[in-house]
Amino acid sequence: MTTVAARPATMAQALTRALRDAMAADPTVHVMGEDVGTLGGVFRITDGLAAEFGEDRCTDTPLAEAGILGAAVGMAMYGLRPVVEMQFDAFAYPSFEQLVSHVAKMRNRTRGAMPMPLTVRIPYGGGIGGVEHHSDSSEAYYMATPGLHVYTPATVADAYGMLRAAIASDDPVVFLEPKRLYWSKDTWDPEDPPAVEPAGRAVVRRRGSSATLLTYGPSLPVCMEAAEAAREEGWDLEVVDLRSLVPFDDETVCASVRRTGRAVVVHESTGFGGPGGEIAARVTERCFHHLEAPVLRVAGFDVPYPPPMLERHHLPGVDRILDAVGRLQWEAEN
Amino acid sequence: MTVMEQRGAYRPTPPPAWQPRTDPAPLLPDARPYRVLGTEAAGRTDPDLLLRLYRQLVTGRRFNAQATALTKQGRLAVYPSSTGQEACEVTAAAVLEEHDWLFPSYRDTLAVVSRGVDPVRALTLLRGDWHTGYDPHEHRVAPLSTPLATQLPHAVGLAHAARLKGDDVVALALVGDGGTSEGDFHEALNFAAVWQAPVVFLVQNNGFAISVPLAKQTAAPSLAHKAVGYGMPGRLVDGNDAAAVHEVLAGAVRRAREGGGPTLVEAVTYRVEAHTNADDAGRYRSESEVETWRAHDPIVLLEEELTHRGLLDEATRTAARDAAEAMAADLRARMNADPALHPLDLFAHVHARPTAQLREQAEQLRAELEAEAEGAGR
Ligand SMILES: Cc1ncc(C[n+]2csc(CCOP(=O)(O)OP(=O)(O)O)c2C)c(N)n1
Ligand SMILES: [Mg+2]
Repeated sequence: MTTVAARPATMAQALTRALRDAMAADPTVHVMGEDVGTLGGVFRITDGLAAEFGEDRCTDTPLAEAGILGAAVGMAMYGLRPVVEMQFDAFAYPSFEQLVSHVAKMRNRTRGAMPMPLTVRIPYGGGIGGVEHHSDSSEAYYMATPGLHVYTPATVADAYGMLRAAIASDDPVVFLEPKRLYWSKDTWDPEDPPAVEPAGRAVVRRRGSSATLLTYGPSLPVCMEAAEAAREEGWDLEVVDLRSLVPFDDETVCASVRRTGRAVVVHESTGFGGPGGEIAARVTERCFHHLEAPVLRVAGFDVPYPPPMLERHHLPGVDRILDAVGRLQWEAEN
Repeated sequence: MTVMEQRGAYRPTPPPAWQPRTDPAPLLPDARPYRVLGTEAAGRTDPDLLLRLYRQLVTGRRFNAQATALTKQGRLAVYPSSTGQEACEVTAAAVLEEHDWLFPSYRDTLAVVSRGVDPVRALTLLRGDWHTGYDPHEHRVAPLSTPLATQLPHAVGLAHAARLKGDDVVALALVGDGGTSEGDFHEALNFAAVWQAPVVFLVQNNGFAISVPLAKQTAAPSLAHKAVGYGMPGRLVDGNDAAAVHEVLAGAVRRAREGGGPTLVEAVTYRVEAHTNADDAGRYRSESEVETWRAHDPIVLLEEELTHRGLLDEATRTAARDAAEAMAADLRARMNADPALHPLDLFAHVHARPTAQLREQAEQLRAELEAEAEGAGR
């Protein structure tokens, strides 16, 4: 995909463009949240939207997350397609009741008569030196709530394509934006955004034969780096970007693991009760006879997210990933 | 034929007697923010109190400037400054007795320091070597609360518990104008009023919640009016008038202590600096608006009063400035040293006793740290 206009763009820019294009394409799309209007959001993802579409389409709300999401539910009931911004992962918690009790359940409750085509955008994860409550990986809560879709892009192209898909979806999507990748860059043409795999599909980002790293969002670049470093150890690692935690792409994941025979799940979220447990169980249930070793997990520790000066000890890094790969029972092969 | 004629002699039975449960009139705030400095009321204020507040304001302003400078030097991860709001910050601490409790919001490091917490410990959260850097029980200061308004129900619960135990404790809780939109604000006010808990809520209305002006936050006549709906008095005060803030807060604390129940105080002030050092306020407000507020500065207002009454000589000014500089120099020196880090503390306090899983993870990190140290030593 090389057109003249393609130049480096950040994930943040791609997200902004996705919101803009979705608003231009569909007058029922409404962006709302704290500071999303005049300021353009604390991460500037909604920059320019209020100026272009007016404050009724991109609205600075009062500071109340439960109110924001509850009002979005009502707007969706009346045929709008709200896109809500939560300022940070941990500040979405006041809206948890609306999310769990209504957003997730409304379609089922009404036998499909009242769907909830809304998107909740949440910057999540650590690695930005944020003080307490600014670095949570809250995906497990959302994954554990039937009725929600949970997407998390890791590339610039996916940021655009998956956010468009989330907004277009007739199901509610919790759209988790890896905030430390906001400023990551890739060649990308805003005038002709490349098509991406449908949301709901995992993508193999690196082909390999020795073992599969299963990851998503902020941990994808770390896994790619680990896969490079692993070559020195003689391992040829495959890296699968899950992209969508719900729905979960068993097919792509299992095809990879069956091919390599080994798997490590990598994420920032805590290990205990974290997404990796579900993923490892699914892989084991489906690929048991292809596995040369138990599926391992490299995750954040089971602790409240650390303060900035200690977060490097918490986040899964290349060394921990390589250590885990090293424990995949290679002895049997020799 | 009119409807009434059609109805003929029919009259419904009247509803059971109804009357308002409390008379709203005494709960209503003043029409304008209450002021003392520069008014007749100023003559009644205790000169010693004014001088004490003056020294605290000067030190407080210096603290804000020093902390902001520390962000530029990379010594703090972030600093939400209370520059321009010092009258509220220092007074919130000044009106409390030693056994009372303060519940600060994330912008209130200065109130925490004014309460006696060591500045370095008060800044731990923003420096980033731990979360809360002080023992809340030592100075009866709850942790600086980042999730907005969530500290308010805690203040109510603590004050209620103290009363159940028969202790003389008042809780003073701080929140911003934006925070008053959160559900927790409303639930806290309701609980406090229903329980007649000895709590004082101080809303620092500094005009903004990051970029969002008050006009987008509320349609109420004032934030102080919100008190009335819960059945407690609302008080509106000029938040840059230290004497007025002191009088109103001291009155509310006294009322709470004497069993009169909670009060909501709205202090009208202004966030002179950007939201934090990471914010660009030029995107949403004009410099001329800021300038009008700089002219209504809490230190200037107090200086004018003190000068007018012949209470502020050069020696007093110099002494205040010197004390502030000494505080700043000490803070600078101590913050310029790298804090000792204890990575294994990550596992130490998650539960009363670490679980087996956490002990395992601590061992893993210990081994990694040892390997790292060996690698560095080679
Ligand atoms: C529950 C929650 N939502 C959002 C935030 C993010 N945030 C931090 S400060 C702030 C604005 C607060 O405004 P205000 O209450 O007026 O206090 P001020 O900053 O003016 O002191 C916001 C939205 C937060 N800390 N907590
Ligand atoms: Mg404010």
